[in-house]
Amino acid sequence: MADEYRVQMRGIRKSFSGVKALKGVDFLLRSGEIHALVGENGAGKSTLMKILSGAHSMDEGEIIINGTRVIAATPRRSKDLGVGIVYQEFELADDLTIAENIFIDRLGVHGIVRWRRLYAQAEKVMHSLGFDIDVRNRVGDISVAYKQVVEIAKALSANANILILDEPTAVLTPNETEKLFASMRSLREAGVGIVYISHRMDEVFAICDAVTVMRDGEITGGGALADFDVDGMVELMIGRKLSTMYPPRHATVGDEILRLDNLSGEVFSGIDLSLRRGEILGIFGLVGSGRTEIVRAVFGGDGFRSGTVYVDGRETHIRSPSQGRGHGIALIPENRKEQGLILDMPIRQNMTMTNMRAVAVVPGIISRNREDRLAGELARRLSVKTADTRNPVNSLSGGNQQKVVIAKWLNTDSKIVIMDEPTRGVDVGAKAEIYAIMNELAARGVGILMISSELNEIIGMCDRVAVIDKGRKRGELGRNELTEKGIMKLVVGGHN
Amino acid sequence: MLRESLPVAVLVILVIASSFLNRNFPTVQNIFNLLRQNSGTIVVSLGMLLVILTGGIDLSVGSVAAFSSVLFATLLDNRQNDAMALAPAFCLTLLCSLGFGAVVGYLVAYRRMAPFVVTLASMTAARGGAYMISHAKTIPLANELVNTFNKGAMYRVPFSVILAFLVFVLFALTLHYTVYGRFVQAIGSNETAVRLSGIRTSLYVMSVYMVSAAMCTLAGIIESRTGVGDARVCQGLELDAIAACVIGGASLTGGRGTVINTLMGVLILGLIGNIMVLMRVPPYPQQVIKGVIIIVAVLLQGRGGSK
Repeated sequence: MADEYRVQMRGIRKSFSGVKALKGVDFLLRSGEIHALVGENGAGKSTLMKILSGAHSMDEGEIIINGTRVIAATPRRSKDLGVGIVYQEFELADDLTIAENIFIDRLGVHGIVRWRRLYAQAEKVMHSLGFDIDVRNRVGDISVAYKQVVEIAKALSANANILILDEPTAVLTPNETEKLFASMRSLREAGVGIVYISHRMDEVFAICDAVTVMRDGEITGGGALADFDVDGMVELMIGRKLSTMYPPRHATVGDEILRLDNLSGEVFSGIDLSLRRGEILGIFGLVGSGRTEIVRAVFGGDGFRSGTVYVDGRETHIRSPSQGRGHGIALIPENRKEQGLILDMPIRQNMTMTNMRAVAVVPGIISRNREDRLAGELARRLSVKTADTRNPVNSLSGGNQQKVVIAKWLNTDSKIVIMDEPTRGVDVGAKAEIYAIMNELAARGVGILMISSELNEIIGMCDRVAVIDKGRKRGELGRNELTEKGIMKLVVGGHN
Repeated sequence: MLRESLPVAVLVILVIASSFLNRNFPTVQNIFNLLRQNSGTIVVSLGMLLVILTGGIDLSVGSVAAFSSVLFATLLDNRQNDAMALAPAFCLTLLCSLGFGAVVGYLVAYRRMAPFVVTLASMTAARGGAYMISHAKTIPLANELVNTFNKGAMYRVPFSVILAFLVFVLFALTLHYTVYGRFVQAIGSNETAVRLSGIRTSLYVMSVYMVSAAMCTLAGIIESRTGVGDARVCQGLELDAIAACVIGGASLTGGRGTVINTLMGVLILGLIGNIMVLMRVPPYPQQVIKGVIIIVAVLLQGRGGSK
């Protein structure tokens, strides 16, 4: 039965200025199916989906959407045929309300907005997704998680029966992820075909029915999810066996290097933490729990109200990132594109930014030779995949971009490295490499603070974990107590 | 690569075309006149480029130049033939400008006010200050050395052109080889990322307004070449400077723009004015043609002066 397929794509080819991004790809999506599309960054997943949604044109191939053959897909045409796509980067107008954003392209008949009806409709859509929120709120004022939901609502309210979600849970808390999964399941019941792009294997196995694996613009495997296991799928993605995700660490934990004493700020209060040399201390908390604000306060990125930060046992008064850096603290921020990198600039200039003294012959004057050498060295050390560090940093994949952000701080000999979601949006291969770098740093006596909302990562990497919820520390777990259950218990316990 | 060298190509084409259009154009005399007339604009445009690189804008340049012009003339007024008075007068004028730039820069960098608004206000204030000092009259500037600087030349190259060239070289080296130049450019691309790299971005942002103001002092003195300090000089200089940066491919959202192309921008604008005068085009049509050419130059670069 051909029309049980929502989408049939066959022999899709696409090149970008000579580089083959898709080399004859077939992709089938049935109605009432949640279909995982997995692969490393740069494998061609997003390109394939952008062709389906009409954002890119294809060079060759055939697309049938809901039984209609599409010759030249445009965003408009795909949308009319029922394709809805939610990108990783949101396309919302911050100054408009949730309701206005959902119905942005059809606010009212003949250009006249009937507000009461608009709000009622928006409420209905949000409610059907299992999220209750005042749709009169400005989108700029709501959390990232809710923005994600608004994007999905926007797609669905346009009567989409093919929904493409690109890493939708990257910014969601476990609770919100569960809610999203619940609404995905009810959409599946209603016959919607969902394409689910994700790097998180546990989620793929939790929610999906079928899978297509891509590598280097080709399909390397696919079929019913029941026929796969995690190792097999990862092997198809990276083309080799991945021995261990979390490599063993040989670091001895030394003296205390950082201590937070009763630190309070805008959204957190009474935080006590202690970090030792060679230790990886995890901070587990949901988005919006205050975890990011705490570490930013330590670094000097945001201020705090009261409390004391001790570095090496000495009281500090860090009020700006430059003072934080002066105390040997490094921050790998949460959002590499907005906070970590200067995308227009070459790789090497991004890498050397934190320590210009190392590339200056005379203070203030840059030596291109020294800069070249230093950047080349850092790129090799972190195996950043690039032919030349003079290439722009946005020519790199997400994982390699993240390595550049880390390189910035390797270059400073920091004693304390704060990593805020260091592996978000990073593919499996690069993830393992980043973990190896963290271990190497710890072995050299660096103290690492790692924020993460991925339980696997926390359990796999950390010596100790502090659980943060609603701006307060709910408890700490040592290496032996680190289990999924133990952590979630502290989180849930915090609500009571 | 092509886009990078477009302003140079445009200038070359204009020079060739102008040479055919008018026999008086390709004379040494006329070329140096053209350069001399534009040396103030070159200096100010380079300061403007730094501001634009950080994503800001400085509307006050014309007014600060006029303020400098009258202040310098006033300070020299009583000792017209005293070479020793020159240095203090110049330093005081420069300090005044730097102070002005510091206030503007402080408001933009530390108080987070919009550069457009702050410099719109300072533009009005500085021009008013210039009229107050001069009582709306021209102030004779008869100092020997100043007149030598303004009227004299070395191997037929006017001193003001030499000064502009030195400033140009200084800016080119700064942007290319110094940490300062690197950070100014980086801030315009992504201020947050630079700040979180432990760099005091506010200090850099404040400094570019001071540099811009210092360039205005130089321009104000260059523009006193008629031998008087005058509160009315440099009207609309800010627009010429911004136009020069944009014609040179600078992005008004910051991060993109080069010294050489900004120079090309000034020369393109100046050359168009020059050839139209030679061809006896009346002043009002001149302005219309100039406006059209700015649009065409930016269109050719394929992006509307922004990202």
